[in-house]
Amino acid sequence: MHYDLTETQQSIMELAYEIAVKKIKPVRAQYDREEKMPWPIVDEFRKADLYGLYIPESCGGMGGGVTDLALAVEQLSRVDGGIALALATSALGAMPILLWATAEQRAKWLPDIASGKKLAAFALTEAEAGSDASSIKTTAVKDGDFYVINGSKHFISSGEAAEYYTVAVSTNPARGARGITLIVVEKGTPGFTFGKKEEKLGIRANPTYELNFENVRVPVSNRLGAEGTGLLIVQETFDYSRPGVASQAIGIAQGALDETVPYLRTRRQFGQPVSSFQAIQHKLADLATKVEAGRAMLYNVSRAMDKELLPAMENAVANNTTVHDELKKLKTKRWTKEAAMVKLFCSDTAMEVAEQCVSLCGGIGYMSDFPVEKYMRDAKITQIYEGTNMIQRNEIAAALIKEYASQE
Amino acid sequence: MHIAVCVKQTPSGTNIRVDEKTGCLIREGVESAINPFDEFAVEEAVRLKEKNPGSVVSVITMGPPQAADVLKEAIARGCDKGYHLCDRGFAGSDTWATSYTLAKGIEKLAETAGKVDLVICGKQTNDSDTGHIGPQIATWLGWPNTAFVRKVENFDASSIRVQRLMEDGYDTIEMPTPALISVIKEINTPRIASLKGRMAAKKAVMTVWTPADIKADPSRLGSNSPTSVVRCFTPQARTGSTRIEGATPQEKAKKLVALLKEQKVI
Repeated sequence: MHYDLTETQQSIMELAYEIAVKKIKPVRAQYDREEKMPWPIVDEFRKADLYGLYIPESCGGMGGGVTDLALAVEQLSRVDGGIALALATSALGAMPILLWATAEQRAKWLPDIASGKKLAAFALTEAEAGSDASSIKTTAVKDGDFYVINGSKHFISSGEAAEYYTVAVSTNPARGARGITLIVVEKGTPGFTFGKKEEKLGIRANPTYELNFENVRVPVSNRLGAEGTGLLIVQETFDYSRPGVASQAIGIAQGALDETVPYLRTRRQFGQPVSSFQAIQHKLADLATKVEAGRAMLYNVSRAMDKELLPAMENAVANNTTVHDELKKLKTKRWTKEAAMVKLFCSDTAMEVAEQCVSLCGGIGYMSDFPVEKYMRDAKITQIYEGTNMIQRNEIAAALIKEYASQE
Repeated sequence: MHIAVCVKQTPSGTNIRVDEKTGCLIREGVESAINPFDEFAVEEAVRLKEKNPGSVVSVITMGPPQAADVLKEAIARGCDKGYHLCDRGFAGSDTWATSYTLAKGIEKLAETAGKVDLVICGKQTNDSDTGHIGPQIATWLGWPNTAFVRKVENFDASSIRVQRLMEDGYDTIEMPTPALISVIKEINTPRIASLKGRMAAKKAVMTVWTPADIKADPSRLGSNSPTSVVRCFTPQARTGSTRIEGATPQEKAKKLVALLKEQKVI
């Protein structure tokens, strides 16, 4: 379908899909099997300018926003939803910086993230804190010009591979959710080590690690926002990053169809192609319709976000302020509800489509030699991370009830 | 250093049909793209530019208006400026006329954009497959040239040293510049055009030259080509092959040998 994208956006889609087909497709099964970080592909993303898509030009980026990133992640995920994370998780790690960093902090971190020289990662989940961010046990205690961080983080995407980690810590455990603060910790800081590497069902080409902090001294200047603003930063980050998960999900769903429909056209049973059976056709029609519905919502929400995010980024650069401050000046609404809806719908769609594609392909669909089972394994995570889909429903319902309550 | 790359827009894919009456390729309804061998030429030129800071890569093509697309493709991959030899007078050129036209274009390029040190061509096109154009351009220009280049060992202000693929190995050849090389697919892996490259290509404006602009002799152009195509056809796929069946490779080999003896081939 024609979504009236800009010339740049069309180029981004073509470019990302070209990389996916020429560079990722030949190696995707290998990376899935071996569970390795796809560094040669990272290099392709770097050379293609993909790491800078959503970063202002003054910080070395391409000056786009949420939509440009989503388009790239979608096209990459059509071929491999795991390798696409080498781009997408860096954007998640960079998002708190993009929104809350001062001009000095932007200049310090964003150029290397924009060039892809250094990847970023986001560290929120702990053994006893995930959906409930207020239970964070990792602490940061001020010591002069430094924070001393202790604790550990679990299930961190692009762990070990990334250089910059935006870590949610508690600077005031007595205040619970209001005591959370976001601090950027660089790989190599003494006391910051990587623990267990997880083995996973899907997205196996992206390393998931435990992060351990033992008396890690980080300059106070690495703190984003004020002490206690961490939860707000996390929530705002998710507003702008959940379309990224949705785009990964829609890419996976589309990719599963891309593999399945041509197969059903060549697979013959009872003397005719399987695709000629109406039961199969109706199933395909439902799946393709859901994918297009998800994509339409994703593009619309992303573009609505960018309408305010892009000017806010420009103003922040011009006024030496934070993007968050500029968004407030523009009286931007919070996108929590819409971001949650997009993430919820697209990820549920991805799981349904990928699972049904396995069924439609029959026996071959279950085999590792055929790529469809991998789409099903990769799809599952999109329903879980950046807030489980139960949490998305909580947020949608809370926003909905609040809207109606305010009308009374 | 100033490097010029010659590229051609050709039908993409290998299923190319020929009009039996005119002997020309049927281009209508066929998707076209940059000639695959020219991708290696563009890549090598851009790599040499990256190794020699301050260098400029000019990309040149002869072809109808839509051939500007391949100049854009080359600019997206890192070439600096595009030159398009585009005029009805160029239509119908054989390799003799094409190489003459490109050579005149390169002379004009040197006149307007500075001395050309090196011209790079793909070893041949995927539509006419002659491999003539590179060496012929060099002959018109009076420059040394090497075809089937698989590696550029050294390139400096006065000379170029390259490896030429041979059936039994390779030759190392050093030539004074200006010179021309035509390159084979072993030389590099063409890059995927970056987003910045693609955006630059969209904005790029090509310089268009006519026969008068390049001071070409009209009697040597286009329809005055000395080659006349007598007949051109797509060969029929051969039929009548014999399948040799058997349970094991040994059994099949025995049957094959028996058959060859019976036919007095061996």
